[in-house]
Amino acid sequence: MKRILKPRERERLLGTLYSAPMGLWFTLFFTIPISIIILYSFLKRGLYGGVEWEFSLSAYQQMFNPSFAKVLLRTVWISVISTLLCLLIALPCGYAMAKSKHQTFLLFLIIIPFWTNSLIRIYAWVSILSSEGFLNSLLKNLGLIDQSLALIYNNQAVIVVLIYMYLPFAILPLFTTIDKFDFALLDAARDLGATKLESIIKVMIPNIKSGVSTAFIFTFIPIFGAYTVPLLVGGKDSTMIGNIIVDQVSKTRNWPLASAFSMVLTLISLIGVFWMLYSGKRELHQKKSNQQALEQNIKLHHSQRGKR
Amino acid sequence: MLSLVIVFLFIPLFVVVFFSFNSVKGMQWESASLIWYKTLIYESPSLWAAFRNSLIIALTSSISATVLGSLAAIGIKWYRFKGRSYITTVSYLPMVLPEVIIGISMLIFFSAVKIRLGLFTIFVAHTTFNLPFVFMLVSARLDEFDYSTLEAARDLGANERQTLLKVIIPSIIPAVLSGFLMCITMSLEDFVITFFVSGPGSGTLPLYVYSMIRYGVSPVINALTFVMILGTMLIAFFFRKFLKTVAASS
Repeated sequence: MKRILKPRERERLLGTLYSAPMGLWFTLFFTIPISIIILYSFLKRGLYGGVEWEFSLSAYQQMFNPSFAKVLLRTVWISVISTLLCLLIALPCGYAMAKSKHQTFLLFLIIIPFWTNSLIRIYAWVSILSSEGFLNSLLKNLGLIDQSLALIYNNQAVIVVLIYMYLPFAILPLFTTIDKFDFALLDAARDLGATKLESIIKVMIPNIKSGVSTAFIFTFIPIFGAYTVPLLVGGKDSTMIGNIIVDQVSKTRNWPLASAFSMVLTLISLIGVFWMLYSGKRELHQKKSNQQALEQNIKLHHSQRGKR
Repeated sequence: MLSLVIVFLFIPLFVVVFFSFNSVKGMQWESASLIWYKTLIYESPSLWAAFRNSLIIALTSSISATVLGSLAAIGIKWYRFKGRSYITTVSYLPMVLPEVIIGISMLIFFSAVKIRLGLFTIFVAHTTFNLPFVFMLVSARLDEFDYSTLEAARDLGANERQTLLKVIIPSIIPAVLSGFLMCITMSLEDFVITFFVSGPGSGTLPLYVYSMIRYGVSPVINALTFVMILGTMLIAFFFRKFLKTVAASS
């Protein structure tokens, strides 16, 4: 017997049919694993790895251990510096790309290194910076130095390589928003007496805020969770939170502590994302209210003219 | 500024590619030679095994992510049902959380449910981090889709299967394809997540590169770099029409 479904039922059934496979997949392989991490962070460490089923806050207490606290602080300052530098470099780039006539070609040039395997890119830096590397042998051949300089395995190297790795993450969203920006507004500002710099700071930046916050988040979060860069180009004193998590899982086998650190990373990322979404919405709202104000002004203008 | 940045982005790659043609190991130029390419092609069986694993994973995970993600995008866009907002939120998160978190949570999950680490677990992990991108690209395409076409098709007597096959899929196929290609690139590229969920013998190419880097600078990797850059350029060339969409979505 074939049953005719009511439109509402039909809609529900079809929507579920289309979306349930992905929903189930994410529940099984994302929501549940993340929930397990949350759970584990509140459990006691098992003697031989794993966990014991007993509530405990010791993982969170261990995080305040001075050596871990130091790593946390370092992670914060390295991420903040690298992200800000990324944004500072990316803004003029995004601007130049949006203005350019060869957008596709430039995108191509930005995307090629971006898509090249990340390990290969880190490896390239290792072969440039290491004591027997390209830069040192070049400087020696030029007779500028006798002894190899210590260019790698320190925090500076980590910051340079992080910027190298994540710069495209900042350039691409900035380019997209600047590309949508109405450049006539800049001319208008210039006509009204603003200098070039003023017009950019006061007219363009407020208009591309959403791009800036997206660029910030998309660079900051991966840098904050970086693991390979500090591992391969950092020294003993450049470990970051990502390295701690991995060490706690693979070497020390302290799963609750690894979970607790993961919780910190997750929470900071989520705060960032919600801030980004919120600022995006607020901007939309502002644009709407600006529009309304404009309409009201026009109405006012008309009514005044009518009175006259 | 832009040209400086592009130079900055390319210099490390150029240096590596340049020294891949060096006849000796190390960063002192001796003479031109293709010896490392010969080693790469003929004397690196474990590298090729890793590459084969990478290809298997990239293809299977991209196909499953593309199918699941595209269907879900259609469902979310056009129908109202229970769990809709849950799916939208959850599909966004794997994209924004740090890779280490995704990797760790999967590792702990697999060991909690006692699934042996290997190609299968890598496949699952890759599908999971690829799904959000397909979902987003296809959703963006559907936003531009004219809903009245769908109503017209139904008015003219098309059933659900016909509307899907003859109206919806043809119009979203560019987004689906670009999603698929993006999955392939990301899957071939991924190191961090794979590092956690791979077992013995299931290492992918990035894992192999990692193990080689740990032994120090190797000219074979220099040669491999050039091959991989050429591969990337090829993919980006196929992508050229979608570069702007990709830029907007990443």
